[in-house]
Amino acid sequence: MPFVDGPQGDAAGKVVRPPMLSVEGLKTHFPVRKGVLSRVTGYVYAVDGVSFSIRKGETLGLVGESGCGKSTVGKTILKLIEPTEGRMRVEGHDITDLGPREMRPFRRTMQIIFQDPYSSLNPRMSAGSIVGQPFVIHERTAGRSWEERVAELFERVGLRADQMRSYPHEFSGGQRQRIGIARALALNTKLIIGDEPVSALDVSIQAQVINLLMDLQEERGLSYLFISHDLAVVEHISHRVAVMYLGKLAELADKREIYLNPLHPYTEALLSAVPVPDPAASKRKRIVLEGDVPSPIAPPAGCRFHTRCPYVEPRCRIEEPAWREVRPRHWVACHLR
Amino acid sequence: MTTETAPDATPPILEIDGLHTTFHTRDGVVRAVDGVSCRVHRGEVLAVVGESGCGKSVTALSVLRLIPSPPGRIEANAIRLDGTDLLELSPRRMQAVRGNEISMIFQEPMTSLNPVLTVGRQMNLVIDSHERLSRRECADRTMEMLGLVRIPSPEQRVREYPHQLSGGMRQRVMIAMALACSPQVLIADEPTTALDVTIQAQILNLMNELREQFGTAVVLITHDLGVVAEMAHRVVVMYAGRTVEEASVADLFRTPRHPYTQGLLASVPRLAAERETFEHRVRLKEIPGVVPRPGGARRGCLFAERCGYVRDRCRAETPPLADSAPGHRAACWETDRVASAARA
Repeated sequence: MPFVDGPQGDAAGKVVRPPMLSVEGLKTHFPVRKGVLSRVTGYVYAVDGVSFSIRKGETLGLVGESGCGKSTVGKTILKLIEPTEGRMRVEGHDITDLGPREMRPFRRTMQIIFQDPYSSLNPRMSAGSIVGQPFVIHERTAGRSWEERVAELFERVGLRADQMRSYPHEFSGGQRQRIGIARALALNTKLIIGDEPVSALDVSIQAQVINLLMDLQEERGLSYLFISHDLAVVEHISHRVAVMYLGKLAELADKREIYLNPLHPYTEALLSAVPVPDPAASKRKRIVLEGDVPSPIAPPAGCRFHTRCPYVEPRCRIEEPAWREVRPRHWVACHLR
Repeated sequence: MTTETAPDATPPILEIDGLHTTFHTRDGVVRAVDGVSCRVHRGEVLAVVGESGCGKSVTALSVLRLIPSPPGRIEANAIRLDGTDLLELSPRRMQAVRGNEISMIFQEPMTSLNPVLTVGRQMNLVIDSHERLSRRECADRTMEMLGLVRIPSPEQRVREYPHQLSGGMRQRVMIAMALACSPQVLIADEPTTALDVTIQAQILNLMNELREQFGTAVVLITHDLGVVAEMAHRVVVMYAGRTVEEASVADLFRTPRHPYTQGLLASVPRLAAERETFEHRVRLKEIPGVVPRPGGARRGCLFAERCGYVRDRCRAETPPLADSAPGHRAACWETDRVASAARA
């Protein structure tokens, strides 16, 4: 499995730092059990060979439709789910085989923000203790009380310190997402995985949270893996974008390349399907894909997209396309490019 | 009196006149819909836009008289369907209107289909309860409708249960059911919000084709301004239970005359294919603050606390929804300032 864009360096051969996160040939399969004996009758190939890396201070957007495996990628990187195969490195350290104890120092640097701000906060804990938990668990308050630290975080994400005593149900959706962000920032966070962090929010609130995430990135040099199905939001926040389909990456490139010059037929169809909020825009040619996404239990042979691809050729049905860098920093898995 | 931008001067098929829907709760009276009036013509798509809790779904449910009472209460001057006031119908007559003359598609196709009936059975039920057809004719109509919404191998699908279908397929079944009795008005409440974009594109195409074929008027409830721009002829923007703006889709996007609409349009990230520049660090325009609490004080303009154009008068007096330009109504005291800012 080729490495997406290895440790970056310039041509002069300067010593380079390893990327914040690199993922190589990652596979996460879930067994499907059936019958009284719970025999394994097959596997869900949720993530099936994915490689990418994220530099310090960079946002990689990961887009795809429901069931494509994008959330599983995020959870596997945090080892909330064990990978089946592949390697994951954080600043050059291989974390793939680490046990819970050895993972602890890495847990301080990697955090996640979930989609649903309603179910990802404990309803019986005050907002202040939710955000303060990381300090309690990792015993890191640098001599100050955790309340003091939490108050600082509250102010930073746009909540009032006196709201620390309130409970999650007393906050609006946008405010709850701010609590989730404050919790993710509590420790020495370097990488945040956002799993659809703004999808449940109304547009006017969504803009507030996106701006907050971008400001925090600038201030603290954070890296983001921003998982979303919303192509416009991903475009806005990302530096590079990866498009995922049925457990595999279809395309990965700089934002400008992906949006102005998509090479994979799936990316092209996805972009053309997004309704544009401008009635005056000349009606674009829309590629309407036929049918549904096939089941990840029995993914199609050859190219996984061939069942819906408007440009399908005979070999697409048999031969799996290689993951190739067809232009500098522009990776795609398609026979036709 | 408003000047409509409708293609002709025919009377509207659906007319909502002064709708107030309130809920009497322990914490007081919640005014979910607070004086909404609008009309839809044959073959027209009227979009109702707003954020969660603005009253757009309650408006739809009120039209169908599906608000449980108590705690809910519907008051209106009239809700007229082709001239008949729906509020004066007996429950029995109203039942005959639902699914027959006015149909509704809901956001969540899984929870709005009956999980213990096959697709064929629930479709037959709809047709059977409104039309005098033999079992054979009923079954034929079901097949015809499923074919129309392009469900592959309908003869197999009619025997399946909702959980055996994908999300897009379920929404197609919903549409087929809604259109089975050729309704005059179709109310679609966030019909594509739960679907992926490629499936959304299929469903929107389908809705447009069917509207052209049957001349059905569509009330499209959505929060997605992209969907509005592509589907609607006219738009009603709601905020905290009130209509704040109403205009043709072109006018609304070109020159929003209410600060809330303007804020909404500015806060949506757009695909760059439509933008020339590709700068990375562009901040989105935010609308500061949050929507007012339901059941809170309702004095003056309810958007005043979040508004950049606010003046003293806004907090004291409620602005009426008034003609601000031909066919363009806005409930704002400062609408001229807003419009000139939009043009700039």
